[in-house]
Amino acid sequence: MSYIEVKNLNKNFIAKNGSVEAIKDLNLSIEKRDIFGVIGLSGAGKSTFVRCLNLLEKPTSGEILIDGVDIQSLKGKDLRFKRQKIGMIFQNFNLLEQRSVLANVCFPMEIQHVPASERKEKALELLRRVGLEDKAKAYPSQLSGGQKQRVAIARVLASDPDIILCDEATSALDPQTTQTILALLKDIHDTSDITVVIITHEMKVISQICSKVAVLDKGVLKETGSVDEVFNNPTSAATKRLLLIKNTEEQSEEIEENAEKAGEEEEINA
Amino acid sequence: MHDLLIALQAFYEEYGVLLLEGIRDTLYMTLLSTFFGYIIGLPMGIVLTLTDKEGISPNRIIYTILDVIINITRSIPFLILLILLVPVTKALVGKSYGSTATIVPLTVAAAPLIARMVESSLKEVNKGVIEAATSMGASKFRIIINVLLGEAKTSLVVGTTIVLGTVLGYSAMAGVVGGGGLGDIAIRYGYYRFETGITLITVIFIVAIVQILQGLGMLVAKKSDHRRT
Repeated sequence: MSYIEVKNLNKNFIAKNGSVEAIKDLNLSIEKRDIFGVIGLSGAGKSTFVRCLNLLEKPTSGEILIDGVDIQSLKGKDLRFKRQKIGMIFQNFNLLEQRSVLANVCFPMEIQHVPASERKEKALELLRRVGLEDKAKAYPSQLSGGQKQRVAIARVLASDPDIILCDEATSALDPQTTQTILALLKDIHDTSDITVVIITHEMKVISQICSKVAVLDKGVLKETGSVDEVFNNPTSAATKRLLLIKNTEEQSEEIEENAEKAGEEEEINA
Repeated sequence: MHDLLIALQAFYEEYGVLLLEGIRDTLYMTLLSTFFGYIIGLPMGIVLTLTDKEGISPNRIIYTILDVIINITRSIPFLILLILLVPVTKALVGKSYGSTATIVPLTVAAAPLIARMVESSLKEVNKGVIEAATSMGASKFRIIINVLLGEAKTSLVVGTTIVLGTVLGYSAMAGVVGGGGLGDIAIRYGYYRFETGITLITVIFIVAIVQILQGLGMLVAKKSDHRRT
């Protein structure tokens, strides 16, 4: 049995003009230590899917087993304990604005009643891990987007999670910062037993760090498998469309780069 | 010059103690009523935030009951509330006049105002941060303390200064029915005895107190705010 098993997952939202099916009969297996990417355009249901994994969103029907435990059977304290082992990082970082960086990283440990002295020591160690030890006393408003996401990563690691869920974690960041955040996530994965689930609309994110990928389109799982398999031999129209977007993006980036180079040359010549 | 000093001294001898006591009573009523108001209004505001349909424990019945109670108390003009509450005040304090007695209607007027202030402050807190705390396995109690109150503290302090100003204004109104404090002095000396000078001086004092409270509140708010650099 896989580490995360999703069986016949359905999620409907009640909207003004009737019910919206965000996820339709989704079946998915994620193995331990996978870096599993879920890709789709906006509205594909990928965010809803990942939020079902820690029950931020309650599935309409279906089963979610994590390490053999049906998470929907967990209530109150048991659910909170389980959530402590499933870290989540967000597109908008969601740091506590009124707390220093250090206190933000301490927060999950406060929830878990870790003694104060231990909390501080571990938080400082984690800030070193993400390269922000000099920002311990700073406040989130004083940090750049990339730095905020590093704090969020340190905060997630403070609970010693088994799983890290990334909900569009790099979508608010520029390409260079995205690279460094992904490299950090990869490094964390490679030096631990953590299973990572990454939700994104960017192919580049998947190809940079994921081992496996699932393509979602309008709430339906179109295909899943190793990244090479899926991207080299796409069988669904949704995947092909995503690949097309990726290629156009790369081309436009090339054009931009060339334009920049040309501009620089002009400056030199002038 | 000499004459002015003598006049001032005479004024002080006649009214000095009275005015100082007025300031003391006004502060006593304002601060205590606001304090008691928060004991009632803060939990009400928290419950409103939690039970709202967008809150972390939506509950339409509880929300509606609180909402209606607050709207009713908020819509009764303070002077009428004061008169309506005379039996309650008598039962609680033993008399219906004087500054201690005025604390009862002031608290009743302040609590729903405070509940609304707290509600609006807490609703400003970023939903994403609440969600992040939930994803970390935080209990609702911890979310209330560390996330809602912790993140809204600046706005809560600003709210408190607004409440203090309003309650101070109400306390002066209570002077009409012998409520004590500066408002009481203004009514008794300024209105009934046509000593306009006294009225002016009490107004100056009231304005000064509001200014000081406002200034202090804003200072605390600014010091506690880390949201902007």
